[in-house]
This record gives sequence, C-alpha cells and structure tokens, in this order.
Amino acid sequence: MEEIIKVNKLTYKYEKENVLEEIDFSVPRGAFLGLVGPNGSGKSTLLKIILGLLKLQKGEVKLFGTAIEQFKEWHRIGFVSQKANSFNSGFPATVYEVVSSGLTKKVGLFKKHKEEDKQKILEAIDSVGLSEKKGSNIGELSGGQQQRVFIARALVSDPDLLILDEPTVGVDAKNVQSFYEMLTDLNRNRGITLILVTHDIGTITDKVSHVACLNKHMHFHGDTEEFEKQNMSELYGHDVQVLLHQHDHHHHHVHHHGGENR
Amino acid sequence: MIEAIFKYEFLQNAFLTGAIIGLIAPLLGVYIVVRRLSLIADALSHVTLAGIAASLLLEKRFLFTTGLNPLYLGMTFSVVGALFIEKLRTVYKHYQELAIPIILSSGIGLGVIFISLADGFNTDLYSYLFGSVSAVSRTDLIIIIIISIVVIAFISLLYKELFLLSFDEEHAKASGIAVKSLHFFFIILVALVIAASMRIVGILLVSSLMTLPVAASIRIAKGFKQTLFLSTLFGEVSVLGGLTISYYLNLAPGGTIVVIAVLILIIVILLKKMVQWKHEVRV
Repeated sequence: MEEIIKVNKLTYKYEKENVLEEIDFSVPRGAFLGLVGPNGSGKSTLLKIILGLLKLQKGEVKLFGTAIEQFKEWHRIGFVSQKANSFNSGFPATVYEVVSSGLTKKVGLFKKHKEEDKQKILEAIDSVGLSEKKGSNIGELSGGQQQRVFIARALVSDPDLLILDEPTVGVDAKNVQSFYEMLTDLNRNRGITLILVTHDIGTITDKVSHVACLNKHMHFHGDTEEFEKQNMSELYGHDVQVLLHQHDHHHHHVHHHGGENR
Repeated sequence: MIEAIFKYEFLQNAFLTGAIIGLIAPLLGVYIVVRRLSLIADALSHVTLAGIAASLLLEKRFLFTTGLNPLYLGMTFSVVGALFIEKLRTVYKHYQELAIPIILSSGIGLGVIFISLADGFNTDLYSYLFGSVSAVSRTDLIIIIIISIVVIAFISLLYKELFLLSFDEEHAKASGIAVKSLHFFFIILVALVIAASMRIVGILLVSSLMTLPVAASIRIAKGFKQTLFLSTLFGEVSVLGGLTISYYLNLAPGGTIVVIAVLILIIVILLKKMVQWKHEVRV
C-alpha cells in the first residue's frame, strides 16, 4: 500500500520548547484520517510542516515517497485552512474567482486559464453543490457555503490528498451532516485521501477510517476500531468520557475500509 | 476646449498624463485597498515630497540650473521609502502598521528641513503639493507612459498570482508562489505610480486617487474583475471630469479631481442604500 505521507521521528520546537516530539505516523492512500488533539497540541504545527510552510528541524517527512525537501508537486495536496472561516468577507471576489485561484500554480506563471481549466472550475463548484452561487460574491454566502467554496478551491487542482483544518467551525449544525456526507463521497467515489484535523473526537469516529491522536507526542495511531477501545484520559491528561457513536450501517464500511489499508 | 488642447502642448500633456494616471492609480489601488494597505499610499506620497524638496534644494543651492526634473529624486525617495516600510514591517512583526507612521513622519521631517534650507515655499513647490496642469512637461509624460506600461504588464501577466496573494496570502505561500518577490515588485510599482501621479493631483491628494474610486466600486461590484473595471472607470471620470471643470472654472485641478471622486463615492453609497431599502420594502 502506497504511503502518501510518512513522518519519521519528527521533532519541532518554537523558541526552546518542543511542540512536537518524536512523531511517527503515516497515511496510506485512500484513508480518511481523523487527526485529533486538544488546543495547543501541535496539530497546526504538524500541518504547516507537511504543507511546507515550516522548515523541518529534526526528523524526516516524505510526501508521495519523496523527501519533503525535494518535493515539488504541491498541487497534489489540497488544503482547506482554519483561516477559511476568518478571511476578509468583504473581499470583492465571486465564488468562481475564488475557486479558480486554486489553479494558480498548476496553470503556471504568465499563463491564462484555458477552456479545460474553466471546465474544471465549474466541475469543482458543482461537486460541492454551489453551481447556482458561482457568480455571487463570497461575502454573501453563509459560513457553511463559504467553507464549501474553499473545498472546491482545493479540489480544482485534482489533489490526491485533501487536508482540512477544523472545517466545520462556523458551519451550523444542520449543515454539518451534509458536509460530512460530501467528504465521505469525495473519499470513496473520487478516491481522495483525506486528513481531517479537529479537537472534537466525538463527532468524527463514525466517519473516518483511521484516527491519530496528537498531544506533543503521537499517542495513538491506527484504525477506528482500535481507537474506540482506548482510554482517552491518557491523551487529554484527565478523565474524559467518550461517547461512542452507534455505527449502524456505517460501522461495516469503516471496518472494511480500515482492514483494507492495514 | 478641444481646440485649446490641440493648440497648447501643456494641455495635451496634462490630459494625456491625467488619462493614464486615472487608469493606473485606481488599478493598483484595488490591490492596496483589499490588502488593507491603504495608508501606504499616504506614507509614500509624503516621502516623495521629501525627494521633490531635496531636488529643488539641489537645484537652487548647488547646481544653479533648472534642468533637473524633480520627478527623478521624488521617485527615488518613494522607492527607498517603500523598501524601508517593508523592512520595518519585518522588524515590528506584531505592529506591522507602525511602519507607516514612522515612514510618513520621516518623510515630512526631511521634506520640511529641505524646504527651509531652500528658503521656504515657492510656486514650484506649491504646484507639487496640490497639483498643476501647467507643470506637466513632455518628459513627465514620457516617464509616466513608461511606468504605466510596466504596471499594466505586471498586472495582466501576474493577474492570477496577484489575486491569490491579495485574497489569501497563506494559501499563496502554500501553493509555492514567490510571495515575497511578488509583494516587493508590487510595492515598488506603487511607489513609482505615486511619484508619477503627483504632477496632476499633487502629493497631498495622490492617495485619494488610489483609494476613493476603489471604495466606491467595492460597494457595488460583483467579483474582482468588475471591481478593477469600475475602479478605473470612476478614476477616469474623476480625472478627466476634474481637469475639464477646473479648466473652465479656473479651479485647482487636484482638488477638483478629488472632490469629483468623493461625489462619485457618495452617490454610489446612496444608490446602494436606496436599492437595499427598496428590496427590504418588497420583502
């Protein structure tokens, strides 16, 4: 099984304090990984390193089998940041324009979008269900719709891996469910490997195939089945009651998925 | 007036320069406003003033000629000021806006010293502060044409990259765009356009030409392309309208241009309010 991300003995410090210590983890192709951890656990730092925004200090990171220092195919990784919730909502740009900005690097310097690029942009907008809004200014959309726009922007360059940082913050409860359905669809039907970062363990265990728990160290890393048997107090540092979800038909699939990737 | 334009070279220079500035100042202005850098234009225009004053001083005290075009030193000061702002922004990481008042006051301070050394104000300096139609020379026009070609080439060739940088700098970095160099070229162009615009609208009013048309268009535009288009349209109406009215009524052109830009802004805000109000009544 191809490993899309492989992290080996990664340590990172700000000033003198270690934020990440001896992290080992890997993400196989086709996985839907939930990366959980409390606030300040180093989640964002780990993401920034994987996205090449922070320089490696100690340890190694491989993306698609290439050491990150040599990695050039950044368009294969789509990223939806937490900041997508706090962007300048007065910015005068249409949904179409924002999504098209996801192709900037792929189209290349000094070049304009071709007909096929335009087609791709429309498809990406369609795949998040916003076709009717493509000409609207992004500021006019609801929080959930804005988040979908940013996912469409990440999808437009046909990534193999999509990383989402707290994507449901600012999305109302009513729309969270359909949001997760959309992610599951991307994972299963388009074969996109997903990493979902969140501080909220409860909501994702029935949706993901793998779970990784981070709190400076990587405490747990495996498929969802095993995760549910573990005691959470170790990770959060105090007693936490984890409400496990009844899986129904989901359960079967998650189990199957996890087994496939082992 | 058309007859007069054909007759007098200075009028031709003024109208051509005005038309070009009415296009490129709001064009760069859109990026300045959406990136929340509006005050940079003010800081740089005051640094340009120091450059102009230095040039006038040199001319008067040391060279004893009138051949030196103050635009050159004005542009040099403006570009150096822009570089200092960038440097200061990295020094004060948590107080990035602090760079602007530091550079602005340094510019004024230097400018005032140069002016006093050159024995105070004269008509020449006055025309740089508030703009003047008769002050625009052929050389000025040629410099401005060159700058505008560079600006338009920059924006049309790097349109996608500039959009992404303005909308989401972090994402631009993550997609591997050379954010730093892009921003560097951008800020240099802003410095050049500010220095070039001052002949017509004057140093004290330059920044308004970069922000007022944008402030109006941002209220009503759908999308970024339309914002660019409306901003340049409002810019052109302000400059050409202002020049024409000031010619007939014998008013200061810089002031007239800015007042028209303000009027456009007020009309747009009121129209938008009316449309919203009508919409609410219907709903």
